[in-house]
Amino acid sequence: MIRKSPFHERTNALNETQLWSHWSGTLAANRYQVSDKMEYFAVRNAAGLFDSSPLYKYRITGKDAEAFLSGILARDIRTCPPGQAQYTCWLDDNGYVIEDGVILHTAKDEYLLTSAEPNLAYLQDRIGRHDVTIEDVSDELGTLALQGPRSRDLLKKLVPQMEKIPYFGVAKGEIGGAGVTVSRTGYSGDLGYEVWIDTPDALHVWDTLWDSMDGHGVLPFGLAALEMLRIEAGLLLMEADFDSSRYAWNDAHRSTPIELGWGWMFKDLKADDRPFIGRKALEREVADKTSRWAMRGLILDWQDYDRVYNNAGLVPPKDHTPVLEDWMLYDDEYKRVGYATSFMYSPMLQRHIAIARVRPDLGKLGSKVNIETTVNHQYELVAANVARLPLYNPERKTA
Amino acid sequence: MTTTIPTKQTPKSTNGARAGATSRSTARNSRADRTYDAIVVGGGHNGLVNGAYLAKAGLKTLIIERREFVGGAAITEELRPGFWFTTFSYALSLLRPDIIHDLELTKHGFMPLLMSTLFAPGENGDYLLLGQDHGQNVKEIARHSKHDADAYDQYSHDIEMVCQAIKPLFDMVPPDIFSNDPEELLALAGIGSRFKKLDKRVLMNVVRLLTGSAADFLDDYFENDLVKGYLASSSIIGTKVGPRSQGSGLVLLYHNLGEHDGVFGSWAFHKRGNGGFTQVLSRAAQAFGAEIVLESPVDSIITKNGQATGVALKDGTEYYADTVVSSLDPRRTFLELVNPRELPDDLVENIQRFRVQGTSSKVNFALDGIPNFPALGQKVDHFRGFTNIGPSMDYLERAYDDAKYGWYSQNPYIDMAIQSTIDADMAPPGKHVMSCFIQYTPYKLRESDWDTEKENLGDTVQRTLENYFPGFGNLVLQREVRTPLDIERTVGLSEGNIFAGEFFAPQMFFFRPAPGWSQYRTPIDGYYQCGSGTHPGGCVTGGPGKLAAGQILKDRAKSGAKARATSRA
Repeated sequence: MIRKSPFHERTNALNETQLWSHWSGTLAANRYQVSDKMEYFAVRNAAGLFDSSPLYKYRITGKDAEAFLSGILARDIRTCPPGQAQYTCWLDDNGYVIEDGVILHTAKDEYLLTSAEPNLAYLQDRIGRHDVTIEDVSDELGTLALQGPRSRDLLKKLVPQMEKIPYFGVAKGEIGGAGVTVSRTGYSGDLGYEVWIDTPDALHVWDTLWDSMDGHGVLPFGLAALEMLRIEAGLLLMEADFDSSRYAWNDAHRSTPIELGWGWMFKDLKADDRPFIGRKALEREVADKTSRWAMRGLILDWQDYDRVYNNAGLVPPKDHTPVLEDWMLYDDEYKRVGYATSFMYSPMLQRHIAIARVRPDLGKLGSKVNIETTVNHQYELVAANVARLPLYNPERKTA
Repeated sequence: MTTTIPTKQTPKSTNGARAGATSRSTARNSRADRTYDAIVVGGGHNGLVNGAYLAKAGLKTLIIERREFVGGAAITEELRPGFWFTTFSYALSLLRPDIIHDLELTKHGFMPLLMSTLFAPGENGDYLLLGQDHGQNVKEIARHSKHDADAYDQYSHDIEMVCQAIKPLFDMVPPDIFSNDPEELLALAGIGSRFKKLDKRVLMNVVRLLTGSAADFLDDYFENDLVKGYLASSSIIGTKVGPRSQGSGLVLLYHNLGEHDGVFGSWAFHKRGNGGFTQVLSRAAQAFGAEIVLESPVDSIITKNGQATGVALKDGTEYYADTVVSSLDPRRTFLELVNPRELPDDLVENIQRFRVQGTSSKVNFALDGIPNFPALGQKVDHFRGFTNIGPSMDYLERAYDDAKYGWYSQNPYIDMAIQSTIDADMAPPGKHVMSCFIQYTPYKLRESDWDTEKENLGDTVQRTLENYFPGFGNLVLQREVRTPLDIERTVGLSEGNIFAGEFFAPQMFFFRPAPGWSQYRTPIDGYYQCGSGTHPGGCVTGGPGKLAAGQILKDRAKSGAKARATSRA
């Protein structure tokens, strides 16, 4: 039996299309309205509300919580004091990424870690002598993401404590009398917050929040709009842009954090004396420059794109629907130089864009590659420029 | 019915309208400081596009605007605290995509919000509501006519084929058909060979649309009045034709050539309205180095020996440049800014014959809530795009009948949009702004004038809306009526014609604005035209501004080469 999110009663009533995906065994709205683009624009122009409850959530407590996590997580958790959150990842011994997630330091000796896949056994099996308890609280907490330029002004009316929190800050407060945690996090690349709510309070908090936003152009948004937002924001999706090393059959399906563009997580690695899983491999990769790929954005040359279609007698399609599959990249000599994994037309950038990995020597901004597409059932190459991720990065996101 | 009497408030323009722009008072005084490579007269969207392209090419460029903010007819004004009105122009579709990229508009805040619905109330309380789901649209049309549900796809496909065939003409400088220059002949041959390659059916449709009536074309596909009324509406917008007039097909085709996000005929609402859009253009132009002066009405172009040398403002200030571009309409460009006696007489005659009959008005409302359409209830969902009050072809044709005989439509065609449903920043929470484009309202009234009829027109529109949305009047917090006379007075468009010249076949392409002068040049050396009175025409396309800039830069490169050759000799 497919499960339902704690907000399902409300999201179901709002879901005019009744299009649902199964996300971690839970019904998740694909889109609420016929137009996912409308929902996308609500986030970029006002605010959107997204139910991200199906994420796996682990509460990690105990006096050794920090010590434990600093040996598991690749990014230094010791730089994340209570009241802050961190985007992090964990690696295997070969320095390949197992998973990424956001971790909230909710109180002294208390963390909340999110992940896309189950990780309880993985985490528990590595506790060793640490005084740490790890609980799967996925069902105990509902999560609502309020994302978009109006999110702060709307949320602060209910939770004044959150008004001043910085990017990846965490605050506690109440909505309609129910205790909530608010983190300045999300998956949209915009100004945005996530609200963590005890499941029994879910509907009451939804109602209070929803009613308080009436007339502000807020729409609920589903996975389709989220996909668009996260591609513009350069946020990677597991099983689309990379795979977990735990279940990969070979290294072609594994990625190091450097290859995924997360080198910034380790910029203080020299000063950081932690032993953590994958550290040695990571250091070797950096020292020997053995990274196979550089994760980049691609911005397609719009004239070249139009030319290819016009020459074929077709109207150049500018469909915002993301296509998550391998798109081959070539240089001008038709030598393969990488592949794109998430592709879409960005209404904000008015260009086709992609998240792609390219050979490290082509990682320089403005490098030119050619992306392969099919037109009239034949392969065609379209010129694209290599760009830095995120491709859309409004100042308000971190301001 | 209660109506709040419109209160006159000091209009505020779109946020930051004046940022970076210099007003007259701070203009510099020395002659050298007032000398530029290029001067653009008029800060409407085409003037801004033109100035931005020239500045991008490295020319020291000045854009001179008469009013206290740029934008021309594409402005957004806060006429009531918290309520932002798209006073005139109100949506985007035909903007040329290359402008977005060439001028890097996304960097400066370009944000075309999707208009996701089309709502066409009928006369019997029923309606046609189309959205973003194709299958749902087919079923919705089938509710009115199963025949038309099938025909709709064929019609859309046929129109798209025509658009794809015509589009290259839209984006090119019309060849000079009176010239024997090999380059012009080649361009002409290019068009010929393109049409030669067209499929028979497509070519026939091209000709039918370019020369015939929208009614004849639509009658071949559809039987249902509501469906036909909706589709025929875009055949009359801004133009003094009815759907049954020969020539309305061209207007229909023109409005379908918009290709917002790659979809022909799709429309968007720019963040903060078209005033928000012209602010983006203004920022882009200034980022490329163009200067903008406001509150500086231009009196005339200064010429010397048949060469433009600058412009004189009404206050006597002079600015100098050997390239001067007018973004004003053809009448002002040729008959007011310069002495017509400096021009060939046949050009003057043709410009005098160039039809610029204003036919459209705007009535904009601040509303206390969302209008109630009984069959759908008091919801915002069906208002996320245009609402089309034109329930049948007969309705539109009758509305035109009034105009033919010098009066405004007693049951007008209304293209309305409640823009606050798309962009919440346009009105306070729970309140709305509603833009109504009205037709027909001829500039020349038979037995009255627009100063007398202005509020009567507002009442006529409001009465019409009340028929579809009972209780509408109770929602009205404020009403602003903009007649063709207001458009002329405020924006400067002659007779208030929104396209700066009618979309009649003899006024398009090779002949816009006059035979022999469709390539943005004028008989005065260094004096150019870049307004909507030139090809491709009106609407917020930016095409004239961009194509004119191309010609100017080409000419400058040539004359520069000539000058260099002379100096070497």
